[in-house]
This record gives sequence, C-alpha cells and structure tokens, in this order.
Amino acid sequence: MSSAVRNSIRFLLNGETVELSGFAPDLTLLDWLRLDRRLTGTKEGCAEGDCGACTVLVGRMIDGMLTYESVNACIRFVGSLDATHVVTVEHLNRPDGELAPVQQAMVDLHGSQCGFCTPGIVASLHALWLSDPEPGVKDIERALQGNLCRCTGYEPIVRAALAASKIEPDEDNDRLVAAREATATALTELADGARVEIDHPEGKTFIPADADDLAEIYEANPEATIVAGSTDVGLWVTKGMRDIAPVIFVGHLTELQAIEETEDGLKIGAGVSYSMARGAILSQLPQLTELWDRLGGEQVRNMGTIGGNIANGSPIGDTPPPLIALGATLTLRKGSARRTLPLEDFFIEYGKQDRAKGEFVESVTVPPSPEDAHFAVYKISKRRDEDISALCAAMLVVLDEENRVATARIAFGGMAGTPKRAKAVEHSLTGANWGWSTIQAAQGELEKDYSPLNDWRASADYRMRVAQNLLTRFFLETSGAPARLDTSEPVMMEAGE
Amino acid sequence: MNHPFKPDLEARTVKGGAHVARPHDSAIKHVTGKAVYIDDMPEPTGTLHAYLGLSARAHAKILSMDLTRVAAAPGVKLVLTAADIPGVNDISPAGLDDEPVLAENEVKFYGQPVFCVVAETRNAARKAAQLAEIAYDDLPYATDVVEAMEAGHGHVCAPLTLKRGDVEAGLAKAANRLKGEMRVGGQDHFYLEGHISMAIPGEDDEVTVWASTQHPSEIQHMVGHALGVPSHSVNVQVRRMGGGFGGKETQGNQFAALAAIAAKRLNVPVKIRPDRDDDMSITGKRHDFHIGYDVGYDDEGRILAFDGTFAARCGYSSDLSGPVTDRALFHADNCYFYEDVRLQSRPMMTNTVSNTAFRGFGGPQGLIAAERIVEEIAYKLGRDPLEIRKANFYGGDGRNLTPYHQTVEDNIIGRIVDELEESSDYQARRQAIVEFNANSPVIRKGIALTPVKFGISFTATWYNQAGALVHVYRDGSLHLNHGGTEMGQGLNTKVAQALAEEFQVDFSMIKITATNTGKVPNTSATAASSGTDLNAMAAVDAARQIKDRLIDFAADKYSVPKETVVFEPNRVRVGNQVFSFGDFVDQAYMGRVQLSAAGFYKTPKIHWDRSTGKGRPFYYYAYGAAVSEVSVDTLTGEYQVDRVDVLHDVGKSLNPAIDKGQVEGAFIQGMGWLTTEELWWDDKGRLRTHAPSTYKIPLASDRPRIFNVKLADWSENREMTIRRSKAVGEPPFMLPVSVLEAISMAVASIDDYRNCPRLDAPATPERVLMAVERLKAGA
Repeated sequence: MSSAVRNSIRFLLNGETVELSGFAPDLTLLDWLRLDRRLTGTKEGCAEGDCGACTVLVGRMIDGMLTYESVNACIRFVGSLDATHVVTVEHLNRPDGELAPVQQAMVDLHGSQCGFCTPGIVASLHALWLSDPEPGVKDIERALQGNLCRCTGYEPIVRAALAASKIEPDEDNDRLVAAREATATALTELADGARVEIDHPEGKTFIPADADDLAEIYEANPEATIVAGSTDVGLWVTKGMRDIAPVIFVGHLTELQAIEETEDGLKIGAGVSYSMARGAILSQLPQLTELWDRLGGEQVRNMGTIGGNIANGSPIGDTPPPLIALGATLTLRKGSARRTLPLEDFFIEYGKQDRAKGEFVESVTVPPSPEDAHFAVYKISKRRDEDISALCAAMLVVLDEENRVATARIAFGGMAGTPKRAKAVEHSLTGANWGWSTIQAAQGELEKDYSPLNDWRASADYRMRVAQNLLTRFFLETSGAPARLDTSEPVMMEAGE
Repeated sequence: MNHPFKPDLEARTVKGGAHVARPHDSAIKHVTGKAVYIDDMPEPTGTLHAYLGLSARAHAKILSMDLTRVAAAPGVKLVLTAADIPGVNDISPAGLDDEPVLAENEVKFYGQPVFCVVAETRNAARKAAQLAEIAYDDLPYATDVVEAMEAGHGHVCAPLTLKRGDVEAGLAKAANRLKGEMRVGGQDHFYLEGHISMAIPGEDDEVTVWASTQHPSEIQHMVGHALGVPSHSVNVQVRRMGGGFGGKETQGNQFAALAAIAAKRLNVPVKIRPDRDDDMSITGKRHDFHIGYDVGYDDEGRILAFDGTFAARCGYSSDLSGPVTDRALFHADNCYFYEDVRLQSRPMMTNTVSNTAFRGFGGPQGLIAAERIVEEIAYKLGRDPLEIRKANFYGGDGRNLTPYHQTVEDNIIGRIVDELEESSDYQARRQAIVEFNANSPVIRKGIALTPVKFGISFTATWYNQAGALVHVYRDGSLHLNHGGTEMGQGLNTKVAQALAEEFQVDFSMIKITATNTGKVPNTSATAASSGTDLNAMAAVDAARQIKDRLIDFAADKYSVPKETVVFEPNRVRVGNQVFSFGDFVDQAYMGRVQLSAAGFYKTPKIHWDRSTGKGRPFYYYAYGAAVSEVSVDTLTGEYQVDRVDVLHDVGKSLNPAIDKGQVEGAFIQGMGWLTTEELWWDDKGRLRTHAPSTYKIPLASDRPRIFNVKLADWSENREMTIRRSKAVGEPPFMLPVSVLEAISMAVASIDDYRNCPRLDAPATPERVLMAVERLKAGA
C-alpha cells in the first residue's frame, strides 16, 4: 500500500482549482456542474451518453502531453476527475470574452436552431478544432457522431466546423492554448501519486495510487465496482438507478494504458481507451478502421476502454469478435497473481464470465496474424454510426497454395448470449477449396452455430440472413470484388444565402 | 432621455428587416451556453421535484396500489394519486374526457402515469417512484393498428370521409386496377430538451407555470381545469423550447398540471422533468398508419379512381388524432387530381401512448400513399414514376378540385418540378443508374423525384387567429410579445424582422420577450407551420395602430399633412424635419400618445364543414420537390444517400437563412422517419426503443453525401400573407419521400424493375434486405 492517502480530489474547472471531498461515488459530472456549480450551459439530453448535449472537454496528461478530449458529462463520474482539467462551454470563448472561432462560425452559418444541443456541439467541434488543423468532412462527421441535433439536419454545423478550421488556435483566440503550460504544470503537480479514499453515506470511493494499489484494494473489496471509462457503468446509475458502491476508479492508471509489442503480440492495457488505441491498433490492423470509427461516438471512444468492453461480458460489445478471430488472449490479475486465457474462454454464457472475485482484467494480447491471412470485420446496425450492432462479424482465413482453407477463425457478436466463434462454419471451411460452393455450404452451417434473438435491433431472421450474406461479402472481398458501399469523402456545397 | 442605442441615422435600410438572412435572435446565447431553458433557471428557495410512477401493464385493472414505501423513501414530501386532483382528472385536448392526469382503476398502456411523487431532489423522487407495489388484473390489449382492427377496437374519435364523384363506378370502368396496402411507422419527436414544467405558487388560487410547450394557453386551460380554478389564476410562460416538432403541442399538459397541483398543495415551487426514457414512454408520437388502396388508372398512368382507407395507431385516447387523421386525408392527393375519390380515416384505439402532433400532422402519412400509388402504376406500366406524376398533376380544365372540394388556385408544382429535373440532371443520372445496376452484382442504386403540396392553415378554423402586444418605450426601444412560441424555428426572429421593417428600426431595437398568457390571451398552438403567418401579422397590426397614432400626433403637432410623416430607417421624417426614432417617440410620449398596442389577426377566406367534407380549409399551399439518389447493399440492406437536390417554395422569404435551415432540417428529420427511426413494442406492449441508444435519429454522417438545397426565389405568395412569404415548418418534411422511393428503385433492380417492391417505412436495413429477398424469391 502506498504511503499517502488523500481524502479529497483536486482538479481544474475552467479557470479555477477545485478540491472536493465527501461526495457520493455515483455523483455525475453533469449533476455536479449543473446543480452544485450552476454551470447550466451543459445540458442533459439523454443521460446515457448518446446525444452529446452534455459534452464537455476533459484535459489530462497523456504521455507528458496535455490532451483535451470531448466526453459525456452525464455518465462521467466526478470521482474520475482527479488531476484533470474540466472545461465547459462557459470557458470556450476567447480570453477577451468574444466568441471563439467555432462559436462565431456557428452563429454566422446558422448552426443553431433550438440551441439545446448547441453547447455540446460547440464543445465537440472545439475539441476537433484544437486537435486537427485540417479536418475533412468525414473527420467532422466522426467528431459529431456522439452529438444529436434534431433541428438543423447538421449541414450548417459541418459548414461551421470547416469554416472554423481556417483559423488556427492561438493564445488570443483560445483560453486553453493561452494557459497550456500553466495547466500542464498544475495537472502534473496535482497527480501526486497518493491513493484517494472518499467517504460518503452512500458508499466509498477509491482512487488507487497505481496498478498494485488497485490489486490490493480490489482484493480487499471484491464487491466494489471497477470504473474505467464509465460508458457502461454510467448507465447502471443513470438508467438502472443501481447502487454501485464502493467504487474503484481506474481511468487514470497509466500502467493499464500501455500498448506494447511483446513476443506474444500486441499487448493492450485494459485501461486503453478506443481513442488512445486508434493509432497503434489501426497501423497493425487496418481492417479494424471502419469498426473503430463506428464504435460509439467520439465522446464514448474517448472514455470507453477495451478492457471494459471485454470485462462487462456484453454479447454485443464490438471488440470481442475481432479479438477472438485474431486469437487474442486475456490476462487477469488478482492481488499479485496473474493468469492468461484465450479471450473466447472468458465468455462463459450470458451474464457470466470466467473472472474470480477480486480479479480484474489487466490486458489483452493480440498475436500476429500470418501475413497472407484474409481478415475482415463487419458491423451491421440500424444506423450506420453510433449504434449498437445488430450483429458484428470478424472473419480470418488463411489459404494454402492450393487455395484451400488452412485456418478459419470466425466470430460473431449479437448472434448468441456471448461473443462466440462459429465452430461449425470454421469446421466446414477448413480444408475446403475457397470457392463459391464452400461458402454456400458454410452459410448452412451458421444455423448450427447460432440461434439469434428477435429484438428491437433486428429480427432473428435478419441476423441469420445477414450473417450468411457476410460470408458472401467476405468471399467477394478476398477475390477483389467490390461489395461495400462507397464511403468516400462527401462533397460540401458552398453556403448560399 | 438617455439613449443607449446609437442607430445609424443615415442608413438606407434598417438592419435586420424583412427578407434578410440574419442569424437567429438567440444564436450567440446558444453557442455560449447562455440561452436559458427551464431547467437552467435559478430554483426559488424550497423548490421540490416531482417524478411519475408508471404502469407496468398495457391494459389492466388496478387491483391495489401500495405506495407506503414510496412515501417513506428518503426525502419524499408528497405522493399524489388520481384522488388528489382538486379539479377534474382530465387533460383531453379534444375535450372528450378520455385522458386522465393520473390513471384511476384502469391502465390503458404500458408506461401510463399512475402516481406522482414529490421529493427534495429529483434523484430522490425518481428512486422513490420505483418502490410502488401495484397489483393488476390483466385485460386484453392490442398495440398494433392492424391487431386493433382485428380485435374490433373502436375509434378514439369520429372518423372522416372525403369523397367526390362515384369511386365505385370509377374503379369499375378504369382500364387498369390495382390494390395494395402499406404500413408507415410512427416517429418520436426527440426534441433535445425533454418535457419540463416548473410551477410557482402565488397568493389565493394563483399559480405561475413555466412550461416547455408550444401551446401556453392550453397549458393554462388544463392547469386551471385540473386545479379547479379559473384561467385567470394561471399564468403560463415560455421563453424557448429546446425543440418541439409537435411533441409539445399537447403533451406538456400532464407535467404542468402535476407540478401546479403539487405546488399549490405544498405551497412551494415544484419542478418536474422526466428522464429521457420516461419522456419517450409517456408522451405521444407521430401516428403509425396502415393504408389500404384500391386504384383505377388508364394506360397512360392517369389515376381515375382512388378508394383509400387510412387507419392510424392513435393510442388509448383521442388527443389530436381527429385532426391528424383528417389531415392525412387532406394530403392523400398530394399534387394529383383524382376524378373519383373516396378517402376514409380510421382513428384506431390501441393500447399505446396516445399519439399526437408531429411536423406534418398526418399529412406525410397521407401524401406517402399517393406516392406509393404513383410508384405502383409506374412499375405496372414500365415507366419512370416521374412521368406518371406529371400526368396526374393538378391543372387544366376541370382538374383543379381536391377531394375536399377546394380549388387549387396557386399551383406552381409544374415549374418547380421542371426546374429541379433540369438542375439536378435527373434524366441523365437515371439513365446512368439503370446502366450501373445492370453491371453491379451487390451494390444497386436508385433515384427518385417526388413533389410536395401542403395545405397551410389549421383545419380547426378557429385556431387561425393570433394576438401580439407591442410597446414602444421613450428611448425608442421596443418590446415585442406575441402568442407564438419559439422552439428553434426562428419565429421570434422573423416576427421581429417584420416589426423592424414596419417601424423602420434596426432589429437590435427590439426586445423579444417570453410568451406569456397574461400578455396575449387565448393564443393558438404554435403549430401547423402557421407561427409566422399568424403572429407576424398580429405584430404588424399592433405596429400599425401605434404608427397611426404617431402620424396623427406629428401631423397635428407640426401642422403637416399626414402623408408627409414617413418612417425612414431609424428616423421619422415630418414634413421637412427629421427626428431620430427615439426622439420622435419621446415627443409623442410627452404629447400623451399611447405607445402600446394589442394587435390581432385572423386568416381570411377559409372555411370548413367537416360534416359535408367540403370547404376551403387552406388559405394557400406551399410546394416543393426533391431528387434523391441512393446506394443499397443488397447483401445487408444497408444504404447510403448519395445525393439530394431540393427546390422548395417559401414564397418571398422573410429570412432565407432561417427558411433554408427549416428545409434542410425537415429533410433530415423526414429522412429519419422513413429510414432508421423505428418504434418497436415487445409482446408485453412495452415500447423498447425509448432512448437514443435504441431509437436512431439521423447523425451528421447520415446526411446526403451531396446536399443541394435551394429556395424557389421567384415565388411570391399570391395571398396577402406577411410580406408575401409562405409557411415553411412542415412542407419540406415530406421531401424525403424521394429517399424511400429511391431505395425502392434500387431494390426493384433485383428483378429488372418488373415489380414495385412495396417497401414499407421505416425502410431499415432489415426491411430493405427482406424486400430484396422477396424479389429474389420471385414473390
């Protein structure tokens, strides 16, 4: 156990330093901003991280760099904010009080109508403006995946983002740039390496000093809820009204955020967010690009972690199917003991995982694939972006010199109570000639592997039919035939009138 | 007087007058987070928070309701049930006494409010609301409109029949005949700001209610009704809503009534704001429709006879289902003349939340039937649907009479369609798509050009009136108040522009103030696209009264003819003298001139007799057309909208930027209705798509990859509307019917366009794939 224990958290809010103690472990950032601080520019639209009306920026030190990311304040817990800089719309204007470039462009190009989504949109676009000097239309759309607007149809908002990108952030037009060095210094000083424990009648909050401290706290408090990005646990509170105390926050633990090349493959710490992983993962596995950019919205990708996506055991998480197809292994830790198992074995049945009391997901390792492997991932959802998959398919096939299937690893999400391999399909493919009749035979085998559900995302019939058709798509793509919608850069018209 | 304004006295035109593309009046407040919505207002000391307890049955008798644990929960101050309502337990906007504030004895849909708990915090109230123990005796239920018809459910209100000619004879003698049916899904409004009310008790029986509503006067009326106090005791205020779209025309009544009842009972302010999931479960939506059609047509595709039934999922009570289903019939002709026609509505009672107004108000569900018929005929005859459309447009001798016996006098659809066909290069692109499809095994494309004609006026003729209150202060600044409400559509901006133009003062001289039932009484809902048409005219009427007094005053004081008193930009010319507007009105004040006026307007020419199905319900029509091109993945049913071109008629626009924003926004919202927005009830009758995680409205990335939107800048309203503009809120909502039809064409390519795919809405990827599979199977 580390020596020092603090009983308060400390972070920056806009232009001031805040020290908080005695708060509930499930206190959300949004409620605190609106009810305690009366910063009412940040709105509640859905309280589940899907509409983005509550978007704020959170700055934190990543690899020594002060980085601001858009997040959903509605499902972000205050206990996760130690040593960060929370920035609300009230702080996004210029240091001289005038409108910042994003705000000005939104006014000039008629980007607001009812105005309720607008502060969240301004926050998302401000984060993009700070981080991407030359965004294309698709970059803007990606930045806005987590922001719903019901009035404008988004056209003027995208135009505003393009217009703002012509102006570079500098000390005169942006408070965050102006204070960058001071903020970085302050955040570094606030991260003093102490364990934090907060007591409250509704339960206790732990903020471990480091990964070892986490292991120790969790072993001693196995009933605790581990919260990393809170993109799932947040909804347990805001929608399920569940009691999650005691809570251990882990989003700050840099040891869990490492991505390293090891002998066994690419090792990804459980605390790596989708956004942090994007560069490293996509450079090795470009086939994951589309999935990665369609997983949640930008705010969710900034918060949600790969470890969380696995640990919650959801049958519709989007990372397990590709990780299973790639043969990934999972490392779990309890106290100082670690064990490693194939990821697919972690998922036992709906709601049940192979995880002991006090044991937590530490990392996932993706072994290298054969260079000649064909690998593809397909996410099927009612709406293209920021939608939970009706089904998600990952297919990996290695062909031998005679065009026969040497290896087949195929996994689906949304087709069963867990992310699951299609063993019957794999079996029928293995050794067979990679041709149309083999695919047709494999399509029939899918019905042995899965009995999908009817629900609001899709019917069982549709899930099965699409799963079969995705084998067709995969086959066509391995033979170079175009089988997907053209998703090239859209064309923006000049703003008229 | 000290003048804080420095208006430009040399200006040739005022800043922010009529026909100018100025920003929304609250734009700066929107982008800085300073625009105040009700939940942002400082809460008076002692404010308590209410939350609703909901039924967990689609239809059942309540055997018992044990609320002991609710009342004993931490922070709880009060639990209200139906028995606690001091006035009448009813908020039926139709006056049919079929909509209780809180259900008593029987629940009629899953999620119906049965009690209300008031606590120190919203969280405490929300958690306490989960603790009720309610015993039910289940009764049969039907949530779907077809199931309801099969189960013999009644109508929630009187159905309507429109007829002209002899439809049976027309069908019998037509060379060709087709029958079919179509299902059209409903739609949640998904206003970003959910429902909310805050009630502040006053002395005697007074209460002030801040509500997110499109209809403050109805809130006033309903709160009075439920409290058992006269309307004069209830003051309702609305500064702005975070979106409405029809979802706040009647649906705020329940929240306002309960907040007011609790506030009066406890003598403290009470606020109520449901969580998004509850908001979506307990407030009404766009009506789902089942449409049956029997059509006779000739070999040129001319529709000779149309016999249509329009059955709607109305929910458990009437709400606005009567006028909504009426409007479906009013738009089942769209731009087309039918020789013999009979249209019947069936407002079906279902065990679902009571459906309500939503942009278009039934019109889209009527119009889409006409477009489906055109599409069917085109596939039967092997023609481009656009040719069939043109063959059926209103126009020519004896071809201008609608099924409700109003003559179409202002038809410009021909010019709009011709211009759009040309500017969008429709013919060449259609040819290219047919060729593309012939050589593309997986990805198929489609293109469609669909027109819109939409009738403007409330069909409840008495709603077509409005009031305004205008004050001019001694410094020349103006206070503007009118009966309309601002929900993002830019109403306040446009009314202020009309006022600025009328007075010839800069827009910045005008303060737009919260809608308030104490300032302008007996207002109509801000709905039916009529907000600017009605309220700007009322504001101008007020301005003219004040101006007339000022002119009389000046003519008298300076002994000049009245014609020489002229309002010029920010100044007034009196004979040979010129005064700044501020100095001039200060002189008038000193001369004891009344500088305040109440304006009024009622729409001329309209009349409607529902019993005979005849009249002129609409003052005029708004027109538009769109061409949409899509790509469809025939393996998955996924699709993408590749390009959209729109040409839309707003008359002579009061504000082209705001109007264009309405057209773009309506298009995307309508596209969502027809594509990804799906309401899904489970077998217990529970709506399961009740949050953005499950109910998918369009995102920025769903926009057409190319989106050209133009206003028909040559159009002027032939009627005497406010500066010859036209209403814009609803008409463009129907333009994306072109998206549905384009998807349909891509699907039809599967069997070489021999069959109409009969694609129902919403065309989710699943419905699209299933249509592909049907055609592949040769169905």
